[in-house]
Amino acid sequence: MSDILSVRNLTTRFNTFNGVVHAVNGVSFDLKEGETLAVVGESGSGKSVTMLSLLHLLPKTTTTVSGTAEFKDGEQTHELLSMSEAEINRVRGRHIGIVFQDALSALNPVMTVGEQITESLTTHLGLTHKQAYSHALELLDNVGIAQPEKRFSSYPHQFSGGMRQRAMIAIAIACGPKIMIADEPTTALDVTIQTQIVELTRRLQREMGMTVIWITHDLGVVAGIADRVMVMYAGMPIELAQVDELYENPQHPYTEGLLGAIPKVGDSGAERLLSIPGAPPDLFKEPRHCQFAWRCDYAFDHCWKEIPPDFSVGERHYSKCFYDMDKEKPREQ
Amino acid sequence: MTDTQSAETLVHVRHISKFFPVRSSFLPLLRGPVVRAVDDISFTIHKGETLGLVGESGCGKSTLGRLILRLYEPTSGSIQFEDNDVTSLRASELRKLRTRMQIVFQDSYSSLNPRHRIGQIIREPMQVHTDMTPRQMRERTEELLQLVGLRKNHGERFPHEFSGGQRQRVNIARALALYPQFVVCDEPISALDVSIQAQVVNLLQDLQRKLGITYLFVAHDLSMVQHISDRIAVMYLGKIMELAATEDLFRDPRHPYTQSLISAIPIPNPRRERERRRIVLEGEVPSPVNPPSGCVFHTRCPLAQEVCRQQVPEYREIEPGHFAACHFAHQAVNIDPDAGSGPAA
Repeated sequence: MSDILSVRNLTTRFNTFNGVVHAVNGVSFDLKEGETLAVVGESGSGKSVTMLSLLHLLPKTTTTVSGTAEFKDGEQTHELLSMSEAEINRVRGRHIGIVFQDALSALNPVMTVGEQITESLTTHLGLTHKQAYSHALELLDNVGIAQPEKRFSSYPHQFSGGMRQRAMIAIAIACGPKIMIADEPTTALDVTIQTQIVELTRRLQREMGMTVIWITHDLGVVAGIADRVMVMYAGMPIELAQVDELYENPQHPYTEGLLGAIPKVGDSGAERLLSIPGAPPDLFKEPRHCQFAWRCDYAFDHCWKEIPPDFSVGERHYSKCFYDMDKEKPREQ
Repeated sequence: MTDTQSAETLVHVRHISKFFPVRSSFLPLLRGPVVRAVDDISFTIHKGETLGLVGESGCGKSTLGRLILRLYEPTSGSIQFEDNDVTSLRASELRKLRTRMQIVFQDSYSSLNPRHRIGQIIREPMQVHTDMTPRQMRERTEELLQLVGLRKNHGERFPHEFSGGQRQRVNIARALALYPQFVVCDEPISALDVSIQAQVVNLLQDLQRKLGITYLFVAHDLSMVQHISDRIAVMYLGKIMELAATEDLFRDPRHPYTQSLISAIPIPNPRRERERRRIVLEGEVPSPVNPPSGCVFHTRCPLAQEVCRQQVPEYREIEPGHFAACHFAHQAVNIDPDAGSGPAA
């Protein structure tokens, strides 16, 4: 499989009155065509900001983005980060669709749901209004919204949370994008609705052959849907591996901690959950060493000296940690 | 109805209901429809246990928690806390009882006064309810801060200086200030990050072991609840669907809704997760203003029969300590995920 997206050394900083926030600190990854990459991290780990940076969706005046992101569209390769506003407009919605967590604030409250779907169809694909209308009805039906003709002219506030999320997915897939970025699409939903949305996304990916980036804070949710998982902490990917490998053989203390914090079904509660002590670091400070060292049980003096590089710890398995979890001693350098 | 074998009952809820009127802003005095937030619920909470209360948003689980503390006046029914009938107490008696039952809210930020220092926030219950000297209060505050894993000098800070997990610790410290026997934890971890959730759950369990507190632990998904609870009650549209010891509920869930909730718990194991067939319920939770006839779950239940549409299933004890409100609960039918997932998926 070829890489459809190659991100190198992406760095995003926010300039605020209180100083510079180091939100994303050198993210590099390759996205294979057709795969599902899960990006996992806690709030403030930079997982959403990474994706928003790629699509120029952050306020320009206060944000500094650097690095490269090469997006392959057939034979052509586009560098996303250096694109002009007009150029990125042709990529967003056309080749890369995005589904946000909070559908109510992501949808336009004064446009009907149908108009919001046809908007991208007429803009990107050049369909006539009539063609766009019938295509939009198919899309609504495809994402599981009953009575599409009636729902076409409803406003977002008339939809329930689950239906809004379905409508957002319809907008994201309207132009048949190559990549769909799902930014915590199920976090705000009830568990039974969550299951519906996960199943829907899986089916659409299968049918349309999309590549999916699934952003989440929950390692449980992505276990069944991801091919590879990238764990982020303090704006850096700290571990990247095939899904089975990551869950069975975590090579970074943070990943190990996250997995330990999920209660097992059927445990009696007598066992304590593994918890990671402390809290995530202050992003106002520029990272100069391993950002997890404060909270890490394995940390030793070298962890405080420099930012660890990506160690290759297995087949396509990378960990940003100086400690070798298998040999239970610091890595040889 | 007794579901006690040997355990002592701390809270006894009998046929409690809470209906909120839906007032129209145009004709405020008109008697309009009501939201049936809690609809004729009975159960008991044993001394020293953790009872988990699970349900989707709008099912009435938070309302039920607040009814027990009488933060809401019930529409009908009664609640007994040890020997006191909470629902008929006078204000002064109720205030005395409040020292023994406390609550931790979901939103750790809005439940702390932003203009008060942490020390002041934790001291307030003591000022209201006890005649402790300022010195005693200061010592107790420091003790509480350490008990929940904060430092003594944190008392000087303001709520905004803390992270979400730390603020939740402050909330717990305040709830414990007067040595309560019973604490309602109203989704205390829902807003927290995964690694911090584990910290708070461990803290709650440690405190329970140390101080023998009884918890009502309210949450919207089963995964953390099954870890912390001795027994679990599953709510749907203002009614309890099933209540059983955690082990029994997971080994032998009798209500189709419980089965689907269990099926929705993510398993952090890719191989098992890929093979697993989930029960995907169709549709969404109906409005509590106009709940479905018969069994309230019948509109989404893959096993629904004609009788479910017409008759309200009785909430009854199927096995000792295992309650369910389903016409077919005694037959122990299980949903077949392949048949259950419809075109909505």
